Parts: sequence; C-alpha cells; structure tokens
Amino acid sequence: MSWIERLTVGKEASAVRAKERLKLVLIHDRTDLSPETIESIKNDLLEVISRYVEIDAGEIKIRMNQEGREQRLVADIPLKSSARRRVR
Amino acid sequence: MAATVITITSGKGGVGKTTTTANLAVALAAGGQKVVCIDADIGLRNLDVVLGLENRIVYDIVDIVEGRCRLRQAMIRDKRLAELYLIPAAQTRDKSSVSPSDMVRVCDDLREEFDWIMIDSPAGIERGFRNAIAPADIVLVVTNPEVSAVRDADRIIGLIEAEEKGPAQLILNRVNPEMVRRGDMLAPEDVLELLAINLIGIIPEDEAVMVATNRGQPVALDGKSRAGKAFQNIARRLKGEEVAMDELEEKPDLLHRLSRVFRSGG
Repeated sequence: MSWIERLTVGKEASAVRAKERLKLVLIHDRTDLSPETIESIKNDLLEVISRYVEIDAGEIKIRMNQEGREQRLVADIPLKSSARRRVR
Repeated sequence: MAATVITITSGKGGVGKTTTTANLAVALAAGGQKVVCIDADIGLRNLDVVLGLENRIVYDIVDIVEGRCRLRQAMIRDKRLAELYLIPAAQTRDKSSVSPSDMVRVCDDLREEFDWIMIDSPAGIERGFRNAIAPADIVLVVTNPEVSAVRDADRIIGLIEAEEKGPAQLILNRVNPEMVRRGDMLAPEDVLELLAINLIGIIPEDEAVMVATNRGQPVALDGKSRAGKAFQNIARRLKGEEVAMDELEEKPDLLHRLSRVFRSGG
C-alpha cells in the first residue's frame, strides 16, 4: 500500500479514491492497453534503441498522458551522457 | 423553421435520461418553442409516463415506420403546453423494428414544423443507441457522479465521437452538494477533468423530481424546485443564452441554516 493510499483509504475523502480509480480504468478502456502490454512495449523499445545508443534501462519512463480526450503514450529515455561514455 | 435534433443518451441505465428529456422538452415548450419528443427506447418505453401522457397513446414510432399510421396520428399533444408533442415508443416490439435511417427520415419529416426534436435514447451501446444518435445535431450525455456512470459515460462519448456526432455535452445529474463538500462524491470539476468534455448543466439531487414523476408532472413545469430551475437553465443554454453555472451554490432556508448552527455547536 502506497503512502497516498494509506492516507486516503478508510478516510472520509472517498471521492479522491473514486477519481484515482477512474483515471486508471479510463486509460485502459480508451486504449485497450493493459499494464502488461505497456511493459512489453517498454522492453521492445529498450531493445531497439540500445542497438544504436547506450541507454540507462533503469531510468526509462513510459506513461500514458491524457490531453483532452486524447491518450498519449509518452516515452522518456535518457541517453547515457557522452562524458561518462568509455572511449573504446 | 428548421428543428435542432437533440439526443439524450448515457450508456448506463437509470441515470436520468428520460427525466432529462421530459424536463428539457417541457422547459423549452414553456418558453414558447415548438417541441416534439421521440421515445427511442422500443420495448421499454417510459417517456410517456414521465410526461404524464400514458393514457393517450394510440399509435407509436413503429406504426409510423411500418406505415400503419401517418406521422401526425402518432403525435400526442400535451394538454398543459400547446407546443409540446410526444411520439411514443412501441412497447411490444424490439429495437430492431426501427433502423438508423428510419429515424433520420422521421426527423427530416418533422424538422420543418418544429424548433426542437428531443430523442430519448435507450441505455446501452447497441442498435437502440445507434437509432437514437443517427439523426442528432447535438448529443447530450447524462451521467451521475459515481464510478460506474462516469465510466460508461466515457465509453459512450468515445462512440459518439467515432460516429462523428461529437463533441457531446455533459449533464451531471443527481449531484448532492453536501456529499461533494464532505469529499464523498466526485465534484463536477473532477468528472469534467476525467471525461474532458463540455458541461451544459448540473442537476442537484432533489426529492421534487420523484414527487413530480409520481404525478406525471415534470419538475420543470413549475420552476420552483432546485432541479426544475436547473433544467430550465439548461434549456436556456440550448437556446444560446448565457446562464451562469450556479446550481450548486445552494441558498439554504432559515430552518436549514439554524439546524446547521445547532449541529456545529453540539
């Protein structure tokens, strides 16, 4: 249970929970993408991109953004800085 | 005259589509507009009882489509408001007895004579819903501030967009201001943020709606109740008037205020 859940569950603000739950449900309803599918997309992206550049797998963020009624898949992939890159 | 066709839909059942259709029709007709309502919920008709016209049905929408009567013969004229008519649904048939193109044709025949054609959609996303939105110029989605109703509203809004009938506008029905204040009911801002569509009105939860429906006298007939006023405001917005969204700012009467003082004091 996350800290935010601990703060809200069983407390009065049930509307907060309703909104959080709806947000997640609507993303899934609108896109037909499950969290597992997003995880697979992430892994495939990782594989393709690392064929060309060095990336930090732990820093990759893939999330669903809502803009109006449009769902957007946003990938944030930091490249390893060239200063740290080893010269071969 | 060229009517605007408004379809009232929701996805989920029981959120107040029929009540909304009846009250918007009454409010528009009371303002001198010529209005015809069509009940598209074939097999489960109810707009007739909510409007209090159930005893006067002879023909219905399926009779029109199948040529058993002329359009005029199926139109029931309201006795309270001279410019309000109802075309009832058939009760012993199903949704497949009418097609989307039948609905478009019936509405086209009515357009010249009316200012507004109000279509009460059945719940669901199947044939009945498709029939109801086929002739629509404007689609109003009714929802309640609860998770199941909001989720279904989102689905139906997507389908309306896919049918190129959007953008739909939202009516948030049965809002309880006290519960919103306590944080136990989704606030209108929350619902709007989730659904990302325009709001055309908020209807507060109001016992007057049940009382009015029991009598077959829609609450918007006399605009004294809070819900009745809210429906009248939506009707004015449909006509293009600017009306502030102040439905939730309740002005408690003296008794109400006193009891609140005592409660907070005790």
